[in-house]
Amino acid sequence: MSACRDEDPRIHGIKTKIRVVPNFPKPGIMFQDITTLLLDPKAFKDTIDLFVERYKGKNISVVAGVEARGFIFGPPIALAIGAKFVPLRKPRKLPGQVISEEYILEYGRDCLEMHVGAVEPGERALVVDDLIATGGTLCAAMNLLECVGAEVVECACLIELPELKGRGRLKGKPLYVLVEYQ
Amino acid sequence: MSGCRDEDPRIHGIKTKIGVVPNFPKPGIMFQDITPLLLDPKAFKDAIDLFVERFKDNNISVVAGIEARGFIFGPPIALAIGAKFVPLRKPRKLPGEVIFEEYVLEYGSDCLEMHLGAVEPGERVLVVDDLIATGGTLCAAMNLLERVGAVVVECACLIELPELKGRGRLNGKPLYVLVEYQ
Repeated sequence: MSACRDEDPRIHGIKTKIRVVPNFPKPGIMFQDITTLLLDPKAFKDTIDLFVERYKGKNISVVAGVEARGFIFGPPIALAIGAKFVPLRKPRKLPGQVISEEYILEYGRDCLEMHVGAVEPGERALVVDDLIATGGTLCAAMNLLECVGAEVVECACLIELPELKGRGRLKGKPLYVLVEYQ
Repeated sequence: MSGCRDEDPRIHGIKTKIGVVPNFPKPGIMFQDITPLLLDPKAFKDAIDLFVERFKDNNISVVAGIEARGFIFGPPIALAIGAKFVPLRKPRKLPGEVIFEEYVLEYGSDCLEMHLGAVEPGERVLVVDDLIATGGTLCAAMNLLERVGAVVVECACLIELPELKGRGRLNGKPLYVLVEYQ
């Protein structure tokens, strides 16, 4: 696994805490498991700190986290930078009025929902998930936010799978990741 | 909605940020929606601070959070008290070796899983979820932890529905909540 250029010394410790599980959830997939990172308080804190250092002072008022692992990383970042946390959820989980965005999977489709009124026009938003693969989910997340008039400042993930070219599917928006898995 | 006795001044602000959505997910249920709390950075921080103040000097080395809303509150608490975060998940989400605990729902049953090796014998654990209703899910969570030899110190939720008597289903373990919904 390689990291980004200009590697902060904390990156190495984070990288070593990500466990790769072969053939999960199906044969041929090398699953990037972040739960082992969560078992190391220092590495978990370093992860959050790296994002917070990048985003504090940038007038970001919304951190949107993609269910479910985006719920682990998004809220600590939101709390530290004084932003709202907005959960982006699978269908029928959020009560009340929602807007939804469908997106394509390898086989079939899925859907992401956000509460109407959670984000106001003109708000500056960060989208957080644990990993970017093809970029389909992040793209759906960005669409939801832009649909209500928010500005997506950046997408932030711990891990990128560069071979899947997700970075190019973010409608020109920047992506910040801590580690790449080659 | 009432708060707990000896009410900390921050509780009122938190209480006002919990939305009640009637007839969700089905007729007759008054759903307690914590998402408005997450949209108020001060109220969200106050909620986390209240838990952190209670648990930080208790030698707790594990915070276990129940998917998915326990993933929003558990990690900030874990980070602040220097504990590991252990996600307790629906079936087939965690890669690698897991143990599972089945529990009874109103109609049918469900199942909670935890990674083998995430928690060691003798570790002191806090279990976190957004709400306790009948206590079935929390009880399953506690069983998972006790089966690997951990000590559940307390269960912590934002909201309790006291009429459903979940507090009495926690194997005698204490429960700490911020607000009760009557």
